[in-house]
Amino acid sequence: MTKKAFRPDVDAPRWTGGHTPYDIAKEGTIALLVVAILTIALATVFGSPDVPAVTIKRWSNTTPVDFAMTALSELSATSGSALYGAPYNHNAVGQQLGPLQLAKWVGVRIPINAVNDFVINPLESLPNQGALATDLQQWKQASTSQRNGWIADYTKAAAHLSFKSGNVVVTAANAGPVPVLINDLTQMARSGALDQNLVSHSGFYTTDYTLPLLFIADGSYLANLADLQHLKGTQWGMMNETGSYPGQAWLWLYTFWYQVPPFSQSGNADVLVWGFMMALTALLLLIPFIPGLRSIPRWSRVYRLIWSEHYRGLQPASGQGTRPSADRPATSRATGDITRPEA
Amino acid sequence: MSTTEIERQWTTRLRHRVAAKLPPEKLLPDTQPTYVSSWIYVFGVTTLAALVVVIATGCLLAIRGPQWWHESDIGHFVNSLHLWSVEIFFFAMVIHLWGKFFMAAWRGGRALTWMTGVVTFVVSILTAFTGYVSQTNFDSQWISTQAKDGINATGGGAFFNVLNLGQMLMWHIVLLPIGAVALTVLHVLLVRVKGVVPPFASTNEVES
Amino acid sequence: MYWYTAVAALVPLDHLGRYLHWHWLLISVANLAVIAIMVVTFLAALLLPFPGRRRRKENQ
Repeated sequence: MTKKAFRPDVDAPRWTGGHTPYDIAKEGTIALLVVAILTIALATVFGSPDVPAVTIKRWSNTTPVDFAMTALSELSATSGSALYGAPYNHNAVGQQLGPLQLAKWVGVRIPINAVNDFVINPLESLPNQGALATDLQQWKQASTSQRNGWIADYTKAAAHLSFKSGNVVVTAANAGPVPVLINDLTQMARSGALDQNLVSHSGFYTTDYTLPLLFIADGSYLANLADLQHLKGTQWGMMNETGSYPGQAWLWLYTFWYQVPPFSQSGNADVLVWGFMMALTALLLLIPFIPGLRSIPRWSRVYRLIWSEHYRGLQPASGQGTRPSADRPATSRATGDITRPEA
Repeated sequence: MSTTEIERQWTTRLRHRVAAKLPPEKLLPDTQPTYVSSWIYVFGVTTLAALVVVIATGCLLAIRGPQWWHESDIGHFVNSLHLWSVEIFFFAMVIHLWGKFFMAAWRGGRALTWMTGVVTFVVSILTAFTGYVSQTNFDSQWISTQAKDGINATGGGAFFNVLNLGQMLMWHIVLLPIGAVALTVLHVLLVRVKGVVPPFASTNEVES
Repeated sequence: MYWYTAVAALVPLDHLGRYLHWHWLLISVANLAVIAIMVVTFLAALLLPFPGRRRRKENQ
């Protein structure tokens, strides 16, 4: 065998000491019982949070102005979803990790056209359209510049947008069909029909809430509720829970980076924090192979507490130690940084 | 059939290999080295016990489906059991991780044991996350609409759509639990094969 | 009040949480409690004597 140094943070000494009875099945059973009882106790005492989901119906009935303004942002393609970029559309480059445009490279996999998906298609699904049919027709036959003109006029007037007697009130004489589209979509939302329409695009059954969630998230209502509960990203929200329940406390480090520069000031915060966390996770994974990092346990000497009984047994004065005497020289309290002799 | 023919069978060879690597007395030991004497050693088995309770309560929730717990007091209670067992699971797993770090438990050819533990931790976080977005309440709405930005920024959102309830629920109750349990089994078997890491010592022998 | 508060729990934590704010640090009392209990448990596990030592010596 070749000469090989004993690496105290990589190699382990061969255990030549004693053994003690160990009932692994009993230990497992006791652990299971203790955890089960503790779980039942905590569940009985504290319960669990269940704040009902926000619906577009509730949103548009509680804050119709916020809904109407959000509808306008979808129709004018200026909402968060409309300008998102990949994977929803091509309207932004998206976040970058240095030169890497990861999202853009993967491409548009969940195509979303804010104008059609959130406004025009739902309105077209309404029965007994009356005036709306004419306005939808006008919108669809208009040129882009014509639409932009209407939108600009309406957006200017929307600074004074109000909601009175069940209708969106805006004074915009040159906005073409836009006032009817916004008002009718608001009515549709308040009736609950928009909730249903946005999930039924793929047919009767649905398990995909991408469209209504994006629409709701484009408004302020959901974020205001989250703000009250300290759930926003700037409030360490990822690790928080509604009410007074503990949340995903294990996300503390991930959450932490969003609070401090450079991440807190970057438009690429998400991808930077993700990249950084992946690097840190790789470090944790590879600790056994990283010199310095893998020596921290030995340097910290916390192990002296963990194996305190073992080390007490090694002290020469203790007589009947747990190790054969050959392994118990005066230097036995050293931590293994003696090189291995030739084998 | 001759004896040699039997000995050359894949099955026979596999059995011999498994038996050599993990004989019954290693898989279910009845003794342990004397240095295994600290409360820190209970957090591994506590994590395992919590995983059993997490899976059991998850199965109870599965019986009546994802909406049941909103509509029934019993359902809500089972959800509470699921939540708190998850809290205990992470609680114990993190202390287990701290303990194993300070023991430098990767020594003596145990690096793979450490690495499977870390990967299990990451997979558990993902499993918990998909559970949070599958709650079908305000919490899941907020968490999914926020988390989409993080995942989309990495390009992963194109394939892992956190706004798609069906997809998230499937990951939460099928794919990720299979991964977490498989990794846990591998981790525990590695611990049994390699044994519990001995203390730092003055001895010069490398473990064979 | 939401309907879910009717669900039985002795001390439901459904009321708006309390938060501690210190410079950039913002943490809920609940999360802080969990983390504090974890650290205390960890320290206790290191410092408290593990039972059954006598028997161990006898079995050598």
